[in-house]
Amino acid sequence: MEDTDLIILWGSNARETHPIFFHHVLKGIHNGARTMVVDPRRTSSAQWADLWLGLDVGSDVALSNAVAREIIAAGLENRAFIEHATTGFDEYRRSVEPFTLARGEELTGVPAEAIRGLAHAYATADRAQLCWTLGITEHHNAVDNVLALINLALLTGHVGRYGSGINPLRGQNNVQGGGDMGALPNKLPGFQDVQNDALRGKFEAAWGVPVPSANGWHLSQMFEAMEHGDLTTLYVIGENPAQSEADGERARALLSGLDHLIVQYIFLPRTAAMADVVLPAAASWAESEGTVTSSERRVQRVRKALSPPGQARDDMAILGDLARLLGHDWGTPSAEQVWDEVRSLSPMHTGMSYARLEAMGGIQWPCPHDRHPGSPILHDRLWRVPLEGPAAPFHALQHRPPVDVLDDQFPLRLTTGRTLDSYNTGVQTGGFRSPIRTGDTVDICPEDGRRLGIDDGERVQVSSRRGALEVRARYVDVLRPGLVFMTLHFPDRVDTNRLTIDAWDQKSGTAEFKATAVRIDKIAAPAGAAH
Amino acid sequence: MNETQRSVALTVDGRTVQVAEGATILDACRQLEIDTPTMCFADNLTPVNACRVCVVELEGSRTLVPACARAAAEGMQVRTDSERVRHSRRLVLELLASSVDLSCAGEALQRWQADYGAEPERFGPSAPAAAPGERERQHAGHHAMPDGSTAATVGQPAKVEDDLYVRDYKRCILCYKCVEACGEDAQNTFAIAVAGRGFDARIATEYEQPLPDSACVYCGNCIGVCPTGALMFKSEYDHRAAGTWDEERQSVTRTVCSYCGVGCNLELHVQDEEIVKVTSPEDHSVTHGHLCIKGRFGFQFVQNRPDKP
Repeated sequence: MEDTDLIILWGSNARETHPIFFHHVLKGIHNGARTMVVDPRRTSSAQWADLWLGLDVGSDVALSNAVAREIIAAGLENRAFIEHATTGFDEYRRSVEPFTLARGEELTGVPAEAIRGLAHAYATADRAQLCWTLGITEHHNAVDNVLALINLALLTGHVGRYGSGINPLRGQNNVQGGGDMGALPNKLPGFQDVQNDALRGKFEAAWGVPVPSANGWHLSQMFEAMEHGDLTTLYVIGENPAQSEADGERARALLSGLDHLIVQYIFLPRTAAMADVVLPAAASWAESEGTVTSSERRVQRVRKALSPPGQARDDMAILGDLARLLGHDWGTPSAEQVWDEVRSLSPMHTGMSYARLEAMGGIQWPCPHDRHPGSPILHDRLWRVPLEGPAAPFHALQHRPPVDVLDDQFPLRLTTGRTLDSYNTGVQTGGFRSPIRTGDTVDICPEDGRRLGIDDGERVQVSSRRGALEVRARYVDVLRPGLVFMTLHFPDRVDTNRLTIDAWDQKSGTAEFKATAVRIDKIAAPAGAAH
Repeated sequence: MNETQRSVALTVDGRTVQVAEGATILDACRQLEIDTPTMCFADNLTPVNACRVCVVELEGSRTLVPACARAAAEGMQVRTDSERVRHSRRLVLELLASSVDLSCAGEALQRWQADYGAEPERFGPSAPAAAPGERERQHAGHHAMPDGSTAATVGQPAKVEDDLYVRDYKRCILCYKCVEACGEDAQNTFAIAVAGRGFDARIATEYEQPLPDSACVYCGNCIGVCPTGALMFKSEYDHRAAGTWDEERQSVTRTVCSYCGVGCNLELHVQDEEIVKVTSPEDHSVTHGHLCIKGRFGFQFVQNRPDKP
């Protein structure tokens, strides 16, 4: 990031949500990199940018297609790279053909000149980094959005080189590690396909038990299965879905309808309060041993600094006891012994002994053997001659706007996100008193406020097609008319997810937290109130 | 030094040393294991040459030069142990110690005070501490002439404005490290700067706003670089006030922050099963010693317990 020439943050407010990553962006800026931010809000990240593209929520594919068409029309695509390392270019070129700058402006709300500016800057940069966060993935077409950005990287060759790459910025300290370890419905540890007989057989041989060969369910499918009565028992570890799921009322109704709910958690947030059995757990980052994987695929050690309080126990010990009660003796392995088993079964982790992780300050996967330095750049194979592995496919994509449409009754677009000092449903950040916390508000621009007759600081009602809540309105200068913003940080006071829609992407299972249609109304004075 | 870098040779105290091109005289001194005092220098900040305690004699240079900032060059002849160097360093240490409370400035400073024979008490007893707000109202050129009976001091009450950290400027040597960390070297928030001139100079927020009302985003990177304890976790401040701060009883455990996916390394300083302070390793390529408000202060949730009010 420090040595690149152009940094694009697309659907990412890294200044607030990944502050130390943004330190590296700032070093790049001080070294002369240009910065462009694509975000409906003019965020604190956008305020550092040379160019801000304030697109309408959910128009990312259209914007990407318009950028691509402009690059191709100007003859700036990287022909050599496209021919060497990609497939499907001709179909892709035809698919973006209708997305002229004018059409792009019409679909996205971004001025044609700004689309052209980003297209030319990206295509002509020697090195360019394209980074994104949940602004891309919390949509009903999340995977399409990601593919749309990958298309641009393939078109320009900004992938797999020092200073040029595609960077999904992970939102949680181990969301990457969860995937790495097979906490996905279709993968075993090391992203090994559960339906592949040879790969699955390797795990079956090591574990001495058959492993189901069918894909499991992802979270959104689990809630559908609850709805259909196919899922009646749920074991939740370290999640708070009663407050974190979109369309919260529906989520809570489904959780309440379960025959049995087990929650393993460090506290008693709403989901745990609904549980039949609560298993008190240790905080994994400070009260137990193990590893996590960061956004840059770097596996690092977490270590125990404190004893867990009361009856709280290490997750691994709880799982071991549970296995024993179910008739399987896993012994009482240390975190390192479990990790060594991972290394024996997951080739991308094989070279990452605890000793090497300590000595090297973490290692980036893949790291297949114990002299391998790790892989700071993942896709460099695309540049090898001859090409190593399969060519990277372009994807022809259609613009599919948000599911929750705006109309006269729900004319405002609500989008959600994090603020600097808070995190998700606030279970952790609620524990310290931040002097800069602005609290639970619905942020609106002063123009909308005045039009609706709502003052800065006034309590208002926000309604969507699913629910309504009361919250204080706050005037901010980072929103355009028609766009309002809320966080998910204070669900006990303002349950933002009563409003959000559970329309979810069929490939990733991610719900469309970023695009809700709402209305904001003044709260009528209570009857009989004295004036 | 890696193989793509050129090196330069210089002589320090009669010993020849090779360092990488771009390295400083301080790097050369460290390579030779010459104990060189520094106050305003940090490996993760750009040198600002504020404290002058690292000065060395450089052949051909009229003045003493700061080792922390002067790039090493081929053939340099450097002396770190001449009477001129020792005298200058001693005086810097004496002036700082006579005007600033250095009791939290660490063991290295105490060692240098002894090594250089610093006698800060020779300037007389400390003048009384300033009242709250008094130093902020003083202006250069509007002072009564001191009578010389007491040593001027930056003594003043601590600013305790929130639950996270304390600004105790009676300990401030104006090394600028906090300003650099808040500014271009790390956080780029620019919430603080040096205001005033001469002995009135001080670290200030814009228009002396209380910290919670200022541009501060509470990353605490200023605390991370402060060499004298002028900026301190509230938890450390409270422990020290209660007489319960005991670094002998503390362990430091390196782990990874529990929030976003950047993978910042945290050093948890734990005393009696309580996290009392969080730092980050300067030599880690992710953080370079810097954190955000969640990493620095967001740990409290693991120790809000009914039995510990």
